[in-house]
Amino acid sequence: MKHSALQIFRQAWSSHRKWPRTWSSPEPKPAYDVVIVGGGGHGLATAFYLASEHGIRNVAVLEKGWIGGGNTGRNTTIVRSNYLLDGNEPFYEWSLKLWEGLEQSLNYNVMMSQRGVINLFHSDSQRDGFIRRGNAMLMHGADAKLMDRDELEKVLPYLDFDNARFPVLGGLCQPRGGTARHDAVAWGFARAADQLGVDIIQNCEVTGMRIKDGAIDGLDTTRGFIGAGKVGLAVAGNSSRLASMAGLRLPLESHVLQAFVSESIKPLVDTVVTFGAGHFYVSQSDKGGLVFGGDLDGYNSYAQRGNLPTAEHIMESGMAMMPCLGRVRVVRHWGGVMDMTMDGSPIIGLTPVTGLYLNGGWCYGGFKATPGSGWVFAYTLARGEPHRLNAAYRLDRFSAGRIIDEKGVGPQPNLH
Amino acid sequence: MAALTAARSGARVIVADEQSEFGGGLLGTGIEVGGMVARKWVQKMVEALAKWPEVMMLSRSTVTGYHDHNFLVINERRTHHLSNPASLMSRERMWRVRAKQVVLATGAIERPLVFTDNDRPGVMLASAVSVYMKRYAAVPGRSLVVFTNNDSAYRVVHDAIDAGVVVKGVVDLRDDGVSAAADAARCAGVPVYLGHAVTAVKSNFRGVKRINIGRLSADGRSVVAHKGAIECDVLAMSGGWNPTVHLHAQSGGRPVFDETNACFFPGVSVQAERSTGACAGEFDLSLCLVRAVEAASEALRQVGIDPVTVDTPGTAQHSEAPLRALWSIPGDPVMPRGKKFVDYQNDTTEADIRLAAREGYRSIEHVKRYTALGFGTDQGKLGNVNGMAILADALGQSPGAIGTTTYRPNYTPVTFGAIAGRAVGEVLFDPIRRTPMHEWHVEKGAAFEDVGQWKRPWYYPLPGEDREKAVSRECLATRQSVGILDASTLGKIEITGRDAAELLDRIYTNAWKSLSVGRCRYGLMLGEDGMVMDDGVTSRLSEHRYLMTTTTGGAAHVLNWLERWLQTEWPELEVFLTSVTDRWSVTSIAGPKSRELLESLSEGIDLSPETLPFMSFCEGHVAGIAARVFRISFSGEVAYEINVSADQGLSLWRTVMEAGKPFGITPYGTDAMHVLRAEKGYVIVGQDTDGSVTPIDLGMDWIVSKKKDFIGKRSLSRADTARANRKQLVGLKTENSTVVLPEGAQLVNGFSSSRPVPMVGHVTSSYFSATLGYSIALALIKGGRARLGGTVYAPLLDGQLIKATITEPVFYDSDNVRQRD
Amino acid sequence: MLEIECPWCGACDQSEFSYGGEAHIARPKTPADLSDQEWGDYLFNRENPKGWHREQWCHTAGCRRWFNAVRDTVTCRIKAYYRMGAVPPEEDGR
Repeated sequence: MKHSALQIFRQAWSSHRKWPRTWSSPEPKPAYDVVIVGGGGHGLATAFYLASEHGIRNVAVLEKGWIGGGNTGRNTTIVRSNYLLDGNEPFYEWSLKLWEGLEQSLNYNVMMSQRGVINLFHSDSQRDGFIRRGNAMLMHGADAKLMDRDELEKVLPYLDFDNARFPVLGGLCQPRGGTARHDAVAWGFARAADQLGVDIIQNCEVTGMRIKDGAIDGLDTTRGFIGAGKVGLAVAGNSSRLASMAGLRLPLESHVLQAFVSESIKPLVDTVVTFGAGHFYVSQSDKGGLVFGGDLDGYNSYAQRGNLPTAEHIMESGMAMMPCLGRVRVVRHWGGVMDMTMDGSPIIGLTPVTGLYLNGGWCYGGFKATPGSGWVFAYTLARGEPHRLNAAYRLDRFSAGRIIDEKGVGPQPNLH
Repeated sequence: MAALTAARSGARVIVADEQSEFGGGLLGTGIEVGGMVARKWVQKMVEALAKWPEVMMLSRSTVTGYHDHNFLVINERRTHHLSNPASLMSRERMWRVRAKQVVLATGAIERPLVFTDNDRPGVMLASAVSVYMKRYAAVPGRSLVVFTNNDSAYRVVHDAIDAGVVVKGVVDLRDDGVSAAADAARCAGVPVYLGHAVTAVKSNFRGVKRINIGRLSADGRSVVAHKGAIECDVLAMSGGWNPTVHLHAQSGGRPVFDETNACFFPGVSVQAERSTGACAGEFDLSLCLVRAVEAASEALRQVGIDPVTVDTPGTAQHSEAPLRALWSIPGDPVMPRGKKFVDYQNDTTEADIRLAAREGYRSIEHVKRYTALGFGTDQGKLGNVNGMAILADALGQSPGAIGTTTYRPNYTPVTFGAIAGRAVGEVLFDPIRRTPMHEWHVEKGAAFEDVGQWKRPWYYPLPGEDREKAVSRECLATRQSVGILDASTLGKIEITGRDAAELLDRIYTNAWKSLSVGRCRYGLMLGEDGMVMDDGVTSRLSEHRYLMTTTTGGAAHVLNWLERWLQTEWPELEVFLTSVTDRWSVTSIAGPKSRELLESLSEGIDLSPETLPFMSFCEGHVAGIAARVFRISFSGEVAYEINVSADQGLSLWRTVMEAGKPFGITPYGTDAMHVLRAEKGYVIVGQDTDGSVTPIDLGMDWIVSKKKDFIGKRSLSRADTARANRKQLVGLKTENSTVVLPEGAQLVNGFSSSRPVPMVGHVTSSYFSATLGYSIALALIKGGRARLGGTVYAPLLDGQLIKATITEPVFYDSDNVRQRD
Repeated sequence: MLEIECPWCGACDQSEFSYGGEAHIARPKTPADLSDQEWGDYLFNRENPKGWHREQWCHTAGCRRWFNAVRDTVTCRIKAYYRMGAVPPEEDGR
């Protein structure tokens, strides 16, 4: 059933009793051409693009819990493509372009809102860094504009311009950046993939991998063995665990990133703003809650909950940027498990095991990449080789030293 | 009772309670405890506890978070209730408590019933009605009807009669033969409608006016007969009680569903905590008190304290008949109008949940996210269990199988201000570090730059000067006569011990064992990934004693880095590291007149180039102050860095300024320093490097030892790191020599209006050189060393295209004559 | 806020410590003899287990000593501490 205004009217007429299921929940078949492990945004997007772009429809998405229940459902929903390096910017820009047409291609409202993303800077050297990044974005065909303090005072009057420990000197803005509704992205891809014949199988955890002569044969799961011609992993924080089932060690550490939401307040923050002198970024949801986050907790963790020291730093940074937040109440905080790579950039591509493909290492930038990641991963799975856009994200880049280190902090995952 | 048991046994105790006064649910009841009214008994208990010096009583204090390792966060609200709080009193206080043992006695929260029109003003929780009347002596209405599925709500009948409110009836979902409670209500003259439900609520602008009731079918799924209407202005409802298991769940426990009480009980404890009383599912008051003593005793034993015996008082509470879990109450069979609200904050209705289930959102997490159930500031404390049960019903499962959503901190919302505490504002957000000479810089009107936590003078504008003019003047003065720079912020690490030179050999890319005492050497250190991490000059103070300098921003990191290698990888090396950054102040004087100036001030120091050549140091007195004088240069001029004890730094600085007057001594800031070093092609780590630059990329092959191993060496020969076409450091001269390229500008090979355009590099440093009379820049360009003399273009944000020629990165005195003079 | 027991200073709040990642990744004795892949394995690849993890901590705001801990990456429970160079507790047979 296609969503439309007419449809809403029709359904209302029958007291909403006839809405079909958004996606079906079939029993797993004995084997598939492609099995995607991980029913988050990336896994579902991959399945959708496999079916829609490459005509591969004998596809299953296995999810150990409920779809969208991992980092897709625990992020701060920011969409942007403000990257510096050649390996990154074309990919993220393509992803942003897919976002811009996503609601039409999925026939599902993902509440995409291009409200602009502004990164503040507080020193000369930070400004140099942003000029470099802004220029790179423009050269790549993305949008960027440098804003000085006067312009910022008009757009973000609530910032602490005068008495700040690190005064705001300006900001780099990507007007096309913004936010989208995270859950809806997973549901939209699930619905669209389901309509193209993809099997979405929830509550199905992978417990082992069967490998024959160096090639993937299938997966042992809590719902029995499922044969697979190709397997794509899109399991975020659990990448190392799944890869270890195939005997692989990855350049990854899993870390917890916290996110927070405040009570609903009147419209205050109508863009996404990041603080440059501490760890804090914020946007305001349509319900009115401020959605914000900051830095990693700093030690390996698979716990989907955060720890206090980081939360304190985030509140302090928030108030340093916007002193008016002092009386705003924080309702809830939670944590997601990030697969942090050694250079802060993702891994999408082949593995040493034939037929086993990896999509992971998204650090804390996975949400905005969702459509792009699915698109290039589907290409890679279908063709058996990476697309131009994810060629730089190959797993073997690490040993060759072909790292993509946006922040330039070296192989220290908790600093990216 | 638990606190008293612990206190009497000799434990240190914190009692944290959310309300403004202690007593919890007892404050709103007429129950007798220990032969007296509950309220009185509570008062006696509080008094008894207050006598113990090791007991801290915190009211208005909510435990909002239960974190790992038994760490609890208590949010105390200190001034909200005061009309005139003391001006310096903090509004809120966060207690951060590491508890050895925790007893949770967080009680239970009454559950609404989900029936038609249950959102009308005047529909209240039964316990709330009681609290108004018993605790605050306020009646919420004149005529009351009670709607319940359990015995607890019958208390409100008697409370209301006491308060003079007319009780029109009790509508009880349970079938006949229920309980003593019903009989007691009947004795009080209140009609009890067993097996009935409220099917509609009629209201006007003042709230509830009338309710309709009907007879339920045996399975409770429909209303079989309309019973009639009752006029009333308050409807007290009770759907049973949800134990407040939030903190238990935050601590890692998993609540389990109890079919008898139709609610979630605490599961197995993961941390050192236990629940007692209503939050553990014990709803009988006498038993609650007994269990509390038991819980405290168990906690005490765990920490090795023998619990004393404490007697618990008797209560007059009767045992209760079981409730009837009817999660969704049928409405009027003839005219089913109106909504049944589940989440009052987000207007999530029973129909919304069923629709979600029909649409395939079947995990409770999906339903929550699709309907916004439990997203309000109460985080589902009222509605979530009802919602889960309705979903279970829609899916034909038991509520236990559906499970709960995750209970997360905060238990109740907490302000930013409370969590941030004092770490706010210009002064306290992050420490400010100032050099000993800071006061002088302020006097002279310096503009400051934040470098990490340091405040460094940026430039010293004279009246009428802008930044550009000031910097040009400072540069020229230094090149022509003498300039003075506060270099105190540079990181300084003293390295001592038998193997100090060996450590330097392993850390720096060049060789160190050959450095003789009294000499200085420049060193570059890499990360293990081969990328430039930090640089600085290290001097050999004596046989086994070195002074390493680092960049201002990298000081702490380098110290930790060295320490880590020593402790974790090379314990066999005997080396000791001490941070001495704050121990020394550094006054740097540079320029052709610097020697003459220093000579006029120094005693016992021979400054002649023969005795104190470039890259060496000596000790003596400058202006009567014991000093180390290092002859090193970051400007390309003859320069001396005078290190004196930090507390004498300002005094030395003033004396040097005074003595320098005849030479026209000019203070210069970081901006001029950057220009001077760029003219010489000296890189600044972090500005001309970005973590992806090797020493080879910088053209510094000369400093990379071929013979020995050092941290990062192996990485330099990896396929990509050894590639020829990497970005390399070069100089740029703009075609129009007055145009200064912006730092951060990207470079391309030619004009193109299409996008993307391949970028060949970027500008890392760029200034107008007053000394040279033209603009200069440093840039990292792909294969740049092979393109010397070639042309690149910098497209700017405003659409301009600047043409520049690639040059050697040294613009001034390329033979290094001046600094060696 | 974890509570971490420094082998020298005793139990202190986590905010006094800094984290060093997986323990027992010894620096190769002769890096020059390693292939790019072997060097890359040392430099980048990690076990990253879900469960017990041997890791390094440093009491940065205290005695500044590095030490090892065995911590569960799911519950954050720490079951053992041992000094640099000591045999990990599970393997010493006691």
